[in-house]
Amino acid sequence: MSVPLHFQTVAELSAQLASGKISSCELTRAVLARTRVIEPQVHAFNSFDEADSLAQAAASDARRTTGRSLGPLDGIPVGLKDVISVAGQPLTASSKMLANFVSPYDATVTEKLKAAGAVLHGRLNCDEFAMGSSTENSAFGPAHNPWDLTRTPGGSSGGSAAALASGSAIATLGSDTGGSIRQPAAFCGLVGLKPTYGLVSRYGLIAYASSLDQIGPFARTVEDAAIMLGIIAGHDPRDSTSFKTQVPDYRAEIKTRRGPWKLGVPKEYFGAGLDPEVGAAVEKAVGFYKSQGCEIREVSLPHTQYCLDTYYIIATAEASSNLARYDGIRYGHRSKEAKDVLDVYQKSRAEGFGDEVKRRIILGTYVLSSGYYDAFYLRAQKVRTLIRRDFLNAYREVDALITPTSPIPAFKLGEKSADPLAMYLCDVYTIGVNLAGLPALSLPCGFTAGGLPIGLQLIGQPFREADLLAVAQAYEEAHEWKLKYPAL
Amino acid sequence: MNYEAVIGLEVHVQIKTRSKVFTRVGAGFGFEPNTLTDPVVLALPGTLPVMNKAALDAIIKAGLMLGCEIAPVCKWDRKQYFYPDSPKNYQISQYDQPICLGGTVEIELAGPARNVMGEHKKIPLTRIHLEEDVGKLSHGATESQVDYNRAGTPLMEIVSEPAMHTADEAFAYLTSLRTTMIYGGISDCDMEKGQLRCDANISIRPVGATHLGTKVELKNLNSIAFVRDGIAHEIKRQIAVVERGGTLVQETRDYDGEAGTSQSLRSKEMAHDYRYFPDPDLMPVQVDDAWKQALRTSCPELPFDKQRRFLSEYQIPYTITSVLVPDHGLSDYFEAAAKLAGPGRAQAVGNWIANDLLRELGAAKLPLGAAKITPENLAALVKLIDAGSLLNAAAKEVFSAMFACGGEPAEVAARLGLTAVPTDTHELDSWCRDAIAANAKALAEFKSGKESAINAFKGPVMKAAKGKADPKLVDENLRRLLAAQ
Amino acid sequence: MAPPSDLNIDRVAELARLALTDEEKIRFAAQLGSVLVHIEQLAKVDVTGIEPTAHAFALSNVWAEDVAQPGLAVADALRNAPAQRNNMIVVPKVVD
Repeated sequence: MSVPLHFQTVAELSAQLASGKISSCELTRAVLARTRVIEPQVHAFNSFDEADSLAQAAASDARRTTGRSLGPLDGIPVGLKDVISVAGQPLTASSKMLANFVSPYDATVTEKLKAAGAVLHGRLNCDEFAMGSSTENSAFGPAHNPWDLTRTPGGSSGGSAAALASGSAIATLGSDTGGSIRQPAAFCGLVGLKPTYGLVSRYGLIAYASSLDQIGPFARTVEDAAIMLGIIAGHDPRDSTSFKTQVPDYRAEIKTRRGPWKLGVPKEYFGAGLDPEVGAAVEKAVGFYKSQGCEIREVSLPHTQYCLDTYYIIATAEASSNLARYDGIRYGHRSKEAKDVLDVYQKSRAEGFGDEVKRRIILGTYVLSSGYYDAFYLRAQKVRTLIRRDFLNAYREVDALITPTSPIPAFKLGEKSADPLAMYLCDVYTIGVNLAGLPALSLPCGFTAGGLPIGLQLIGQPFREADLLAVAQAYEEAHEWKLKYPAL
Repeated sequence: MNYEAVIGLEVHVQIKTRSKVFTRVGAGFGFEPNTLTDPVVLALPGTLPVMNKAALDAIIKAGLMLGCEIAPVCKWDRKQYFYPDSPKNYQISQYDQPICLGGTVEIELAGPARNVMGEHKKIPLTRIHLEEDVGKLSHGATESQVDYNRAGTPLMEIVSEPAMHTADEAFAYLTSLRTTMIYGGISDCDMEKGQLRCDANISIRPVGATHLGTKVELKNLNSIAFVRDGIAHEIKRQIAVVERGGTLVQETRDYDGEAGTSQSLRSKEMAHDYRYFPDPDLMPVQVDDAWKQALRTSCPELPFDKQRRFLSEYQIPYTITSVLVPDHGLSDYFEAAAKLAGPGRAQAVGNWIANDLLRELGAAKLPLGAAKITPENLAALVKLIDAGSLLNAAAKEVFSAMFACGGEPAEVAARLGLTAVPTDTHELDSWCRDAIAANAKALAEFKSGKESAINAFKGPVMKAAKGKADPKLVDENLRRLLAAQ
Repeated sequence: MAPPSDLNIDRVAELARLALTDEEKIRFAAQLGSVLVHIEQLAKVDVTGIEPTAHAFALSNVWAEDVAQPGLAVADALRNAPAQRNNMIVVPKVVD
């Protein structure tokens, strides 16, 4: 039985588009049709505009007939997390605060996707303002995991993962501040990559935690992720934190870099709290690399136990400041009950923000407030230095690190939403990577007995995504996980 | 009990750049509302700041001009507070690592008379840092309106030590600072356009005490005159409170320049906690010696240094420098003309500029740049007069003509027939003889000792000479003839 | 200085311009209370002589030349405005 169009990869589809076997209009119609069928069950999208997508597809086909195709992504439907700005489209951050906001400008990654000819398809659901690990914090209702609709697809980029996993997009972009690409990728059986901090421009990404946020791709395969990364990466003069670095041809590089590699297994990532099935799948993956001639070394990242606290101080502090602009004055929700300016602020924000956003704003405001800066924020930034040093020390001995992405597979909707702390604990394996600014990806490495995907995390060295992708590719090409699809 | 005031000034100076400090949309004043905005200015979701290199150059240059220490490394901090004119609800500023530290502003107080130079003092600065300006609020009856054109304009905050003691010192400080910033091409410092704004911190203490009294912040000082008046008023107010046994409250007061009164602004029910932290979106600035050196070479001579040099190099007195120096275009004009005119002629050049040129410019309502008389022209004019080719009265006429139409003074004088003709001594002699012969009465008076009688002959001689005889020669000739009578 | 875990939620909500109901104040204070207890672990780490990481990879002097670029047309600038008049954003009267 052949794989339907909506489950095929960017690489496969771009070859068929190039040979004329299919057209972008045909492909886009297929994806739209799939979306219409799936959406009522999965709710991966906050919105999508069929006419607009088809117009883009038609433009792509027109380019192709005149020999002006723009590359492997030309004509391919790509979904964007609803925190990435596209001119003329809603930019809601899955929040009531921005429910009616239409952005007048393109994010840099949007410009790059347009220049590559991608068919931008829809605004993808996420946790409100990217704060969460389950997409249950979306003001517009949670997304559902295509592998088990009673479960979360993960968060905060849950919609990006669910759309791709269910065939409602061929590739998607999400954002990752503490694991928000990697964890949903693990929960949904996909490849999800968080680039090195500074590799991909943040201009046009609704800021959550400025020193941790990165935009990254979700894809079915490592090769697709390489294609996407090659298009969105690169220095941007509009983002002062963006790095001037050579962007290699990742897709070509993964074919030539073959290993064997020295892989580190951080002992702190395999302790209490790790689901036995997840642990077993990851151990098996480690065994695979060993069988291929890789040297496996146990390493220690001694400050791992402080990652969560460090993250929640830094991220909430930065977020409390980044979200101050949402005040109902120039745009966004303004309370109808506002009698004076103070009301405009207090009531608009109370009405516009959900509970988790409010909690993080309160926590962030508290840790920055007078008398607490040294004890919390400054101290956390120092511990961050130690956390980063742990990784860089490990890299003196190994090329990359291998860990589970999440301690548990996709949990049931509602299971953790009563206790914020319980939800935060889901991020233990992903968070250190953001604090250290390193690249990391999750790729599928198995299923639980109950049929839930399990993710393997590979953590790489700064700006060495080509190596990271090559290590992932070596595992992927020897396994069949990428050929499994949800029964939806 | 005698009290002295202790005054510190916080001056905000808008830097004149083409684009804003953290984004590249154009900066400017007087544009239609909300036409100088972009996604960054409006703090739309997803936007990021990017520093303006020229704004950094300008503040470093200002710091060098004012003798500040330029920090080798400085960074950006977010100053957080909510206000409708502040789109991000935080202002990008510099908290604990400002770009300039220390520094001095030299001031000149008013002298005993208008043409006598007053005392000079040096007021120390605490720091200068760079930040972004906010939008403009205008108020109606039930609503306020916000225009974000000004939001994001680069702003220098110049903080003085609390080292001034009188309203006059504050006035002199602002005047000096303003002139210096204009000299440096850093700002036009037009207070009416909000390019220079001043808040004052004022306290009083018994004369001789060293502690600082309760500080009152005075705002809304919209002109340099209002700064002086407002401070003077506040000092009187504080002394009056203390003298009748009251206590001063630390507060912010709003000055009403028209009414000459002040009132307390809202009490601190919501005390500010700015929650400063380093801005994660911006990278630090490192200023090395090469950068400083490059900017140093572009720093102009400071106004008071120029004033002193004009005196020592050109012997220009205060009456003239006090007119030339505050306008650096005018002093550049002077110096160009003085150099061309040559040694010994600088004072004449200065006089022509301070009196005649300024008068003509004022009457015609023209700026210096529109003057048709160039420094070259003026230098040539002074040389002509000095050589005797142009007599004083004629020179004034030539000057006016040049102001109106331009041209070389020699040509203009010739065209108007005003060139002093080298005197034919025979002709002069016969005119003098004729004049003496025609006025026996005056001759008798002169011979009897009345010196002034000689003047009766000069008129007819000048008439015969059609005004072009050198009065000195006329006088000499007459005396010689009269002595022989 | 050991940080106290006394979260004055009224004061913090005021600073953050968030109007909270009494129920929310109690609930959030309790939820954040347990997070704060966790976070205070950081006090145990020895950070003597450690520099804070302001940015993962240090850069300096990142700037652009002072060339004015076109901005937004007024209509686009105010397209999402909740209230406007005469091309300006309108708010209830600001009283200082």
